[in-house]
Amino acid sequence: MPQTIIRAERVEKYYAQPSANRIQVIAPTDLSVCEGEILALLGPSGSGKSTLLRMLTGLSKPSAGQVFWHDRPIATAEPNVSIVFQSFALFPWLTVLENVEAPLQARGMDDAEQRKRGLRILDTVGLDGFQTAYPKELSGGMRQRVGFARALVVEPEVLFMDEPFSALDVLTAENLRSELLELWQKKTIPTKAIFLVTHNIEEAVLLADRIIVLGRNPGVIRTDFKVTLPHPRDRKSEAFTQLVDYIYKVLTQPGERPPALPTAPEGAAVKPVSEARQPHYQELPHARPGGIAGLLELLLDHSGKDDIYRLADDLGFEIDDLLPIVDAAQMLGFLTITEGDAEITPTGAEYANSEILRQKELFRKAALDNVLLLRQIVRAIEAKSNHSVPEEFFHDLLDEQFTEEVTLRQMETAINWGRYAELFDFDAARRRFIEPEKTPVEAVDDPDAEMVE
Amino acid sequence: MNPLHNNFSVTRGRETLARAQVLRRTGPVLLDLCVAAIGLAVFYAIVRIAMLWAGPPSEQMVVSLSPRALPQYAFYSIVRIFLAYVLSLVFAISYGYLAAYNTHLEAFMIATLDILQSIPVLSFLPPVMLAMIALFPTRHFGVELGAILLLFTGAVWNMAFSFYSSIKSIPRELREAADINRFSWLQRLVQLELPYAAIGLVWNSIMSVAGAWFTLMACEMFHFGTKDFRLPGLGSYLQTAADLKDGRAIAWGLVTMIAIIVAIDQLIWRPLIGWSDKFKFEQVESTPHVRSPLVHLFTRSKTLATIARHTTQPLNEAIYIQLAQRRKEQLARLAAHPATQEHRGGQVARWVLLALLGVGVLIVAQRAVELVRPVAGAQYLELLKGAGATFLRVNFSLLLAAAWTIPVGVAIGSHPRLARLAQPLAQIAASVPATALFPVVLLLLIRLGGGLGIGSIALMLLGTQWYILFNVIAGAMAIPTDLKEVATLFRFSNVERWRKLILPGIFPFLITGMVTASGGAWNASIFAEYFTLNGRTLTTLGLGEQINAATANGEFPIILLGTILISLMVVTTNRLVWRRLYRLAETRYRLDG
Repeated sequence: MPQTIIRAERVEKYYAQPSANRIQVIAPTDLSVCEGEILALLGPSGSGKSTLLRMLTGLSKPSAGQVFWHDRPIATAEPNVSIVFQSFALFPWLTVLENVEAPLQARGMDDAEQRKRGLRILDTVGLDGFQTAYPKELSGGMRQRVGFARALVVEPEVLFMDEPFSALDVLTAENLRSELLELWQKKTIPTKAIFLVTHNIEEAVLLADRIIVLGRNPGVIRTDFKVTLPHPRDRKSEAFTQLVDYIYKVLTQPGERPPALPTAPEGAAVKPVSEARQPHYQELPHARPGGIAGLLELLLDHSGKDDIYRLADDLGFEIDDLLPIVDAAQMLGFLTITEGDAEITPTGAEYANSEILRQKELFRKAALDNVLLLRQIVRAIEAKSNHSVPEEFFHDLLDEQFTEEVTLRQMETAINWGRYAELFDFDAARRRFIEPEKTPVEAVDDPDAEMVE
Repeated sequence: MNPLHNNFSVTRGRETLARAQVLRRTGPVLLDLCVAAIGLAVFYAIVRIAMLWAGPPSEQMVVSLSPRALPQYAFYSIVRIFLAYVLSLVFAISYGYLAAYNTHLEAFMIATLDILQSIPVLSFLPPVMLAMIALFPTRHFGVELGAILLLFTGAVWNMAFSFYSSIKSIPRELREAADINRFSWLQRLVQLELPYAAIGLVWNSIMSVAGAWFTLMACEMFHFGTKDFRLPGLGSYLQTAADLKDGRAIAWGLVTMIAIIVAIDQLIWRPLIGWSDKFKFEQVESTPHVRSPLVHLFTRSKTLATIARHTTQPLNEAIYIQLAQRRKEQLARLAAHPATQEHRGGQVARWVLLALLGVGVLIVAQRAVELVRPVAGAQYLELLKGAGATFLRVNFSLLLAAAWTIPVGVAIGSHPRLARLAQPLAQIAASVPATALFPVVLLLLIRLGGGLGIGSIALMLLGTQWYILFNVIAGAMAIPTDLKEVATLFRFSNVERWRKLILPGIFPFLITGMVTASGGAWNASIFAEYFTLNGRTLTTLGLGEQINAATANGEFPIILLGTILISLMVVTTNRLVWRRLYRLAETRYRLDG
């Protein structure tokens, strides 16, 4: 039985709201990081992956529950951990060597020892000869190498990585990934466990010994299983693609219980989804009408039905960027999703094939039928004698349920959709929803109509 | 031996290397001689200052108008400004740091800063001076310290604001990188907070020192009640020269002052701006750095390097080891007794302390109200009238400034060749403190039949128009070329071009400039409405004149009321007008998306 290094017991994170409601970012969660494993945490954006990471490192205090470091509360222990950040988080005014020495300096090490260890780790990550360079003189990949060097120089017991490769181009990321794996497998670094947060499914399957998938609103563990594929892993192998597909299914069916694992490796512990409070409003996916139309057209080209994963690939999209568009189309009844496949509905097909004015009409109808917030805004405008409602009103309604950030994004999306569908107009100066201007645009195939924002 | 040097020789070309070695052989000796000379000069300067300060206070010092006295006077003034600046820097950093990290005090401290910023320097004068003289009655030091503190009150607030907002805007991941690596507060300050705030601090330092030159004349020579204070300095020299209508002396004084300002700009600020480029938080390399001979001198000197190796470096190491040790002990203690009870006790103590403080404040505030009680109704009316007059004057001067700077600024900003010519000129013009030019302008105006009514507006203009001009230039330069091309393509008429492209484009910059200018104009009103010329005191109705007159007569209640009125007006217009316009500029008229 491998030893547990970090153990989280019923940790949760929520933000208190002025009203009685509170915003739950992460529901009570149990999780442990064990010796000898690379653990990948997957989830759509907004599922609280990074928040969970920060609680496990002791950077952020859980709202409830406890995190233990070797069975001691983490606040009183001195956890030997490091983080590699998505943005690298290097100090641009320090040289590469100074950046790497900074953590050693903080630990009260003498100058000579700092220099020795700093140079050694730079050598390890392949930065030999760049000691005196400043981060801004380096390419993104080299910069992240400095990030790795700074994290590894303290010889952390657990190395945390928060989307470390997502700011890099594909080739550089691939290169760094395999180098990291090599360091880990050859035990060049004394690190005992790696905890990787990512939204890239392939990356997780490629690296991890164990994968945890988070669901959102609030963040809960949807599934937690071991990956027993031998290294080096072949992306094209049957087992690999099956696992990727499986995770896709889990991610695209947020409401349902996760399906059974494809090959059911040992310890396929599928934990029950905690029953979250059913939100009053659906969360509007942050997608533009143009994007939805584009996706539907592409789907039509693929004979109306295709794997979401392949669609993303075709578009050159990260799945994280595509999912909101898929969600939006699904919410509007333009497509349905079964088993990771998206299938266009008759309305969706008509929408994709129509010209702009008809599209708007279809969108208007779909939005009114399916989106509560838009329906409420339109009703409120009709009900008021001056036909205008302040944005604040809806802002406050949403605020009871979502975080400030999400609320703002929701309002932005609602305004965008409403304007497009000509459900209402928005006066940005006074921050008010108003009646759409009833300009009788009779010229049906006016090519300029599209250009009007 | 040292891998760094090996690397150097590998990456640099042979030619550079050869030249570097020549420098290495002969350079350091020369450089060390330079450093030694500077050290001697500093020593002598300190002795001179100490002699002046330790001497008895001289109430009736005679300011010599001989040009030969100028170098010494200039030196005294520079020392005063320098010390005030150092004091401001230390205070600004401490205050900003405390405000950013103390969640209990943050809101309170920032509001305090907002109000203090709106109080004109002159209102601080009587209390500060009296306190300092009371502290050091037998030494010149008291008056000197008072002047420095006054300069300090004019320089410190924007720097504190800048440092505070820099700390607040440090990217989250950088902060986390410091936390996860267990940076002590000292290491965080040195490696994260100070570097991140450096650029803002440099620019605000430039503004603050310019402000100090502005207030110099008032600080070095003033009446309070029956007392007449004079300090040897450039400000008192100029004021005395104006007082005696000595044109030659005015010219000498002005030339000296401009020379000093230009020299400081070239020798200190330009290199500092170049150096601070290093702290830009950006991921790509930008334009090459400005080189500075002074920085070069200090980084290349072997003596200094040796001294550093034997003093600061070991000290630094020892401090960091100590801090790491202390952290460990603290954690051990925390692990031994998971403290929760102690917390409650601390909280009770805090509330008691807070309550006591509140009572204290109430008592003092009540005293202040009592102080104001003897002020008659007519005087209140007079103050309100003055406030109205000054308010109109400030806004009129702002309008005037905007009226000429917008077309000129846009013209300069949209013609690169003109910009290259005009910008350095404008910078020199802007760096001359308005108070120094004021006597000349006033003399001219009086000869032409004008009075202080026009003169005061002219002074406000002199002091504030530059902020608007520079911002408008920057704004016009920031309008994207493709937007200009669109305007040309669609054959926009001139009116359309201004309405649809230029005015919206420069709007955010214009607002920034106007906010700064309005603050400056309020402060200038204090000096502008009351002036002693040729033994005669010229005044014009206004709040500044009332505060000035009250200072001269030692009437504390009027000073207090006038100050309250000014800060009320400034804070209210900031909240009601400027902040709203600023938000509009940030949301609606942003070009960078």
